[in-house]
Amino acid sequence: MTEAATEMAVDTAIKESAIKMRGTDVSVFYGEKQALFDVNLDVARNSVTALIGPSGCGKSTFLRCLNRMNDTIDICRVTGEITLEGENIYDPKIDVVELRARVGMVFQKPNPFPKSIYENVAYGPRIHGLTNSRAELDEIVESSLRKAAIWEEVKDRLHEPGTGLSGGQQQRLCIARAIAVSPEVILMDEPCSALDPIATAKVEELIDELRGNFTIVIVTHSMQQAARVSQRTAMFHLGKLVEEGVTDKMFTNPETKLTQDYITGRFG
Amino acid sequence: MTDTSADTVAAAGRPKARSLYQVSARTRKRHASETRFRMMGLAAVIFSIIALLGLMTSILSNGLSSFKQTYVTMEVFLDPAKLDKKGNRSPEDLAKITTFTIQPLIQTALAETMEARGIAVEGVNAKTAVELISKEAPAQLRHFVLANPELIGQSVRFELLASGRIDGYYKGRVTMESAALDRNISPEQLTLADELKAAGLLESRFNWSFFTAPDASDTRPEAAGLGVAILGSAYMMLIVLALALPIGVAASIYLEEFAPQNRWTDLIEVNIANLAAVPSIVFGILGLAIFINFVGLPQSAPIVGGLVLTLMTLPTIIIATRAALKAVPPSIKDAALGIGASKMQAIFHHVLPLAAPGILTGTIIGLAQALGETAPLLLIGMVAFVREYPGAPPEGFFDPASALPVQVYNWTQRGDPAFFERASGAIIVLLVFLVIMNTVAILLRRRFERRW
Repeated sequence: MTEAATEMAVDTAIKESAIKMRGTDVSVFYGEKQALFDVNLDVARNSVTALIGPSGCGKSTFLRCLNRMNDTIDICRVTGEITLEGENIYDPKIDVVELRARVGMVFQKPNPFPKSIYENVAYGPRIHGLTNSRAELDEIVESSLRKAAIWEEVKDRLHEPGTGLSGGQQQRLCIARAIAVSPEVILMDEPCSALDPIATAKVEELIDELRGNFTIVIVTHSMQQAARVSQRTAMFHLGKLVEEGVTDKMFTNPETKLTQDYITGRFG
Repeated sequence: MTDTSADTVAAAGRPKARSLYQVSARTRKRHASETRFRMMGLAAVIFSIIALLGLMTSILSNGLSSFKQTYVTMEVFLDPAKLDKKGNRSPEDLAKITTFTIQPLIQTALAETMEARGIAVEGVNAKTAVELISKEAPAQLRHFVLANPELIGQSVRFELLASGRIDGYYKGRVTMESAALDRNISPEQLTLADELKAAGLLESRFNWSFFTAPDASDTRPEAAGLGVAILGSAYMMLIVLALALPIGVAASIYLEEFAPQNRWTDLIEVNIANLAAVPSIVFGILGLAIFINFVGLPQSAPIVGGLVLTLMTLPTIIIATRAALKAVPPSIKDAALGIGASKMQAIFHHVLPLAAPGILTGTIIGLAQALGETAPLLLIGMVAFVREYPGAPPEGFFDPASALPVQVYNWTQRGDPAFFERASGAIIVLLVFLVIMNTVAILLRRRFERRW
């Protein structure tokens, strides 16, 4: 199985220059329990990479490794190497705050701060000192909200609490908050799982637009979503990377039986 | 338990076609047990309310009267021949005036007033008539003369405290029968009091000095007040707040957010919980041994009381703060970390503000607990008889003072029943403070509680 995956990767490999992030032999342990087994996965620049697989397969764990959100879990241990533009993000000399400013994250459940819409977006630029004046900050907030396709809906109530928005709006606000610090990579952990189909469509559309400026890695349970928004897909099962490649090929002609069964809904 | 057994029965096979109006014996039994449980709960609540009402009634009926006090109003001639023999009004000489010099002035004034109004009771002469007025009155007068030396030689209207027995007579504590057996008061004197009252010379007023006056000796309960105790308690609360809140919150944040989860932190956690259950008198012994004997801080001082109460309050604040921090959804912290906030920024900008209402509530409850604490204060000497007000902080923290609950304890130990009334009054004052603090805690929680 692993051999097949390697072959596959060779077949449609990303050009060396197009690699944004690269995971080499990434294993993750929660205490004694191993959650990820020697995952080798590259993320291409300015594209959407979808991570799919049944629940508990390790795709979210891998995603959280990419900006070291796993650090917040005491018993979690990561081995192997993950690079961002060729630099090992697990190097002890790397400051995790710098990393997270470049690799942002959007979570499964919309989690706006219980503050105003404006404050939600302005918080990141403010702590990173990206602006010198109120006007500049206003500009960043507006452009971020515009990029997140929510500006028109909230421009008249920027100082109302972000928690008062609908679920889909909240999630787009969270995306705006993530892009306000101008990250290079945005990680999305099932961003649409708490949203209705209409809000989902909006967020998917947004992801497709964001691809022009950002590198996006998205974890999803929806095969259709993976097929719609991503250029490359990686299939995980039981903590191992089963198959990885161009999305179109993977959904029409998967290499492994496991992937075929999963995307056709026969298991998982 | 009942549910699972019911399930197994159902699984074993419930008789099928049966009307919904038919209630099975098993269902009836379940309903009966539910009703029983509800009744027991209701009974418990009713019992608590009755107990509380009983307590409140007893305290209020005993203590409310301490907010009123009987005063004798009359003019006293400030005789220069007695008060200022040299006639130079120099402060040094005036300071030498004793209450023994003043006592005759009051006696003469009362006798003259009675004569002018034509009040006379058989068996009461000028010497026994003046016993109606508190022994505190000469001190009151002396204080006035020292403050206003220019008024010497004039007649000044004074409101002088009536003695505790007379005050008790109008509060129902002293009767003609009890006075006949009492060495301190006679029925004739009570009759005189009635005459004075009829003439408008003697009346009951709201007792402000109960809140401002210092404690008084055994023989003059009518003069005893809570001033020093309230000030001492306030000083201690300031110290507790200034120390316990920052230390408690810092410790909680460290334990909750930064400390590694290992055997040591587990041990600390267990010990904090245990510390909250340590009897308060143990903290008093600790305070005596460390703060007074080892560090050498003064006895009876609010600083020592404050430090001891801080130690007592810390576990409460730490436990409340940790609970409040735990209650903040981790997604908020994740969100902040996810856009590159440092751990400290995530905690101080997002977690702490959301936990603040819980922390404040815990702190206020801890303070309320500390305010009512008596045992440790007895051990560090706050039970001493203190008549001098402590100075202004921070020096005042080192002056001797009393505390509200200790004052209650102190007064209940005295012989004169007038002190029992004052102890109940002090309890009411203490309870009012506690109710205010708890109300503030509830309001803060209501006001700042956020839902997400």
